[in-house]
Amino acid sequence: MKEDPGFYDYWPYENRPRITWPGGARLAFWVAPNIEFYELDPPPNPQRKAWPQPYPAVPGYSIRDYGNRVGHARQMAVLDRFGIRGSISLSTALCDHHPEIIAQCAERNWEFFSHGIYNTRYTYGMSPEQEREMILDSMQSIHRHTGQHCAGYLAPALSHSELTLDLFAEAGTELAGADAGFYTCDLFHDDQPTPIRTRSGKAFASIPYSLEMNDTIAYVVNRIEPRRYGQMLKDNFDRLYREGEVSGTVMCIPTHNYQVSCPHRLHAFEEALEYITGHSDVWVTTGREIARHYLDHHYQQSLADIAARSGGH
Amino acid sequence: MALDREHLQYPRRGYGMDHDRYDWSMLSQRNPVQWPGGAQLALWVNVGLQFFPLNQQGKPFAVPGGMTMPYPDLRHFSLRDYGNRVGIYRFLRAFDEYGIKPTFAFNTRLAERAPYLLERILARGDEIICHGWDMDSLHYGGMDRQQEAELIERSLGRLRQLSGQAVNGWLSPARNESPHTPDLLAAHGVRYFCDWVNDDMPYVFRTDAGELVAMPLSSELEDSFVIMNNLHSEQSWLEQVSDACDFLLQEARSSGSGRILALNIHPWMLGQPHRIGKLEQALAYIMSRSGVWPASAGEILDAWQRQNK
Repeated sequence: MKEDPGFYDYWPYENRPRITWPGGARLAFWVAPNIEFYELDPPPNPQRKAWPQPYPAVPGYSIRDYGNRVGHARQMAVLDRFGIRGSISLSTALCDHHPEIIAQCAERNWEFFSHGIYNTRYTYGMSPEQEREMILDSMQSIHRHTGQHCAGYLAPALSHSELTLDLFAEAGTELAGADAGFYTCDLFHDDQPTPIRTRSGKAFASIPYSLEMNDTIAYVVNRIEPRRYGQMLKDNFDRLYREGEVSGTVMCIPTHNYQVSCPHRLHAFEEALEYITGHSDVWVTTGREIARHYLDHHYQQSLADIAARSGGH
Repeated sequence: MALDREHLQYPRRGYGMDHDRYDWSMLSQRNPVQWPGGAQLALWVNVGLQFFPLNQQGKPFAVPGGMTMPYPDLRHFSLRDYGNRVGIYRFLRAFDEYGIKPTFAFNTRLAERAPYLLERILARGDEIICHGWDMDSLHYGGMDRQQEAELIERSLGRLRQLSGQAVNGWLSPARNESPHTPDLLAAHGVRYFCDWVNDDMPYVFRTDAGELVAMPLSSELEDSFVIMNNLHSEQSWLEQVSDACDFLLQEARSSGSGRILALNIHPWMLGQPHRIGKLEQALAYIMSRSGVWPASAGEILDAWQRQNK
C-alpha cells in the first residue's frame, strides 16, 4: 500500500494557465446519469457485501430497479427540455438487460462511459488480469451496443485497485488507440480537468465529477432535503461560474434515476437545471467533449505549469 | 491474488431481469390506466398499526423503530405504544375531516391486543391488510420455509378471524422477505403485497402458487424514513409530499394515465402533537387539487385489474 496514489502532483488552484472553453464559455456543464444494474444475488465479494440483508435484499434491490422502470424516462424528459445530453455512467450489463434504455439514449446521441459490468461486482480482490478483462468487457459492450468508443471510467461502486486507471487507459488503447480510455471520473481533487499519470504515458485527464453534487451522496449519505439539494446545485454553479471568468471551470451533476427522479425530488433538480442553462457562457456538453477539448488545447500547458511549480519534484 | 472465476461470470446477463419474479417493463411504455370518475391521482393513505414487543429477538436484525436499549427498553416500547393509544385517534379525525379513505396495515398481534381499536376501524368500514405477526417477526433469507409458512398462516388466519374481512393485502414487517415469502403469501390467498418499491404503479409478480400484484407503497416518502431516518423536519415532509403530489398529477396529465400517491404513515410518528398538523396540512393540500381520488389499496387494485387482465 502507498501513501499517495501517485496520479498527480500538487498544483495550486491560483494562477494556473487559463482554460478557455469553446465559444468563450466560462463553465463547462455536464450531467452524468448513472444507469446501473444491481444483481439480486451476486457472488459475494470477500471484501465488501453487496446488500445488508441475506438474499433477497428486497428494499435495496427494488428501489434501484425503480430507477430503470420509472425514473429513467422522467430524467430523460427533463434533460431533453433543457437540451442536455447525458453522459451515462453505465453498468454495461444493462445493454443486455434493458436495451430499450440504451436505444433511447443512443437516439439522443448521449455519451456512454464505463461504470463496470454490474454495480454489485467490486474490483476488490481482482488480479490485474481479471480487472483488465472486466474493464475491456465493459468497453467492448459499449462499442458493440452503441458504436461508441468508451472514453471515460467510473469504477463500479467506486471500487478501485492501485492499477485501475492504468488498466483502463491501456484497455482504451487496445480498443481504439487515443480515441478511447482517456478520462476518469474517479478522483475528486479539483474543479478543473487535470493531467493524470498512468504507466503507459498516454495523454489522460481527470474530469471533475462532483461527489458533493451527486444525488445519492446528497440524499442517502448526507440526507439532504430535496429543496435544499436544488439550492446547493445553484450555489455550486454560481461560484464556479464566477470563477470561470478567470479560467474555465467544470460543473458536473452526477445523478441516479432511483434518487433524483422520485416524485418528491425531480422538481428541485429541474429548477436547478433551468437556472444553470438560463445563463449565457455556459457550455452544456458531455464528459468526453470536455476531456477531448482539454487534452487537445490545455494538457501540455498544464504539464509544463505543474512541472514549473512542483519545486523540482 | 485473484477472485474465484465466478466473479467474472455473468449467468443472468441477458434480456430482462436477473430473476423470474416479474417482467421488465418501463412505466413510460405501458398502456394508460384510468381511475374511476376520470380522476388522475389515486390517494392511498396506508397506516401502519404496529406492535413492537419489549422482548425483541432481533432475528436476523433489530427492526427499524424497535428496541435499541438493554432490556427492558421502556422508552421505545411505550413511545411506539403511544401511536396506538393516542396518535391513531388524531389520524382518524384528520381522515374524516379531509375525506380520506385510509387502509390499515395491522400487525395481527396488535389486533389481538387492542380489540377496541380493531372494532373502531372495522366500524368505519375501512380496509385492513396484514402487516405480519408483529414487528419483531421478520421474514428473512435463511428462514426455514415451514416455519415461515406457519407464521404467515397464523398472521393471516387470526387477522381474518378477528376482523371478519377477507384480508387480501400484505405488508411484511420492515418490508423484509425470504425467497419464499411471495409464494407463501399467494398460497394463503393474498392478492397483493406492498414490499417492493420498484414502481409507481401496480404490476404482476409471479409465484409458485399463482400471481400476486405488487402494489407501489413508496418508502422514500414514508414519515419514518423522512423524519426518523433522514432527520428532515416535519415541514420538509410536508413539502416533499406536496411536491410529489404536484409531480404525479402533472405526469398523469401529460401521460394520459392515472398515477398513485401512496403515503405510508405511522401514528407513533405523525400522531405526535407537534406533527399532526403537518399531516393535516398535507391532506388538505392534496385534497385541494382537482382530480384526486382517495381510495383504499384494494379499490385501487380492483380498478387497475379491470384494465390489466
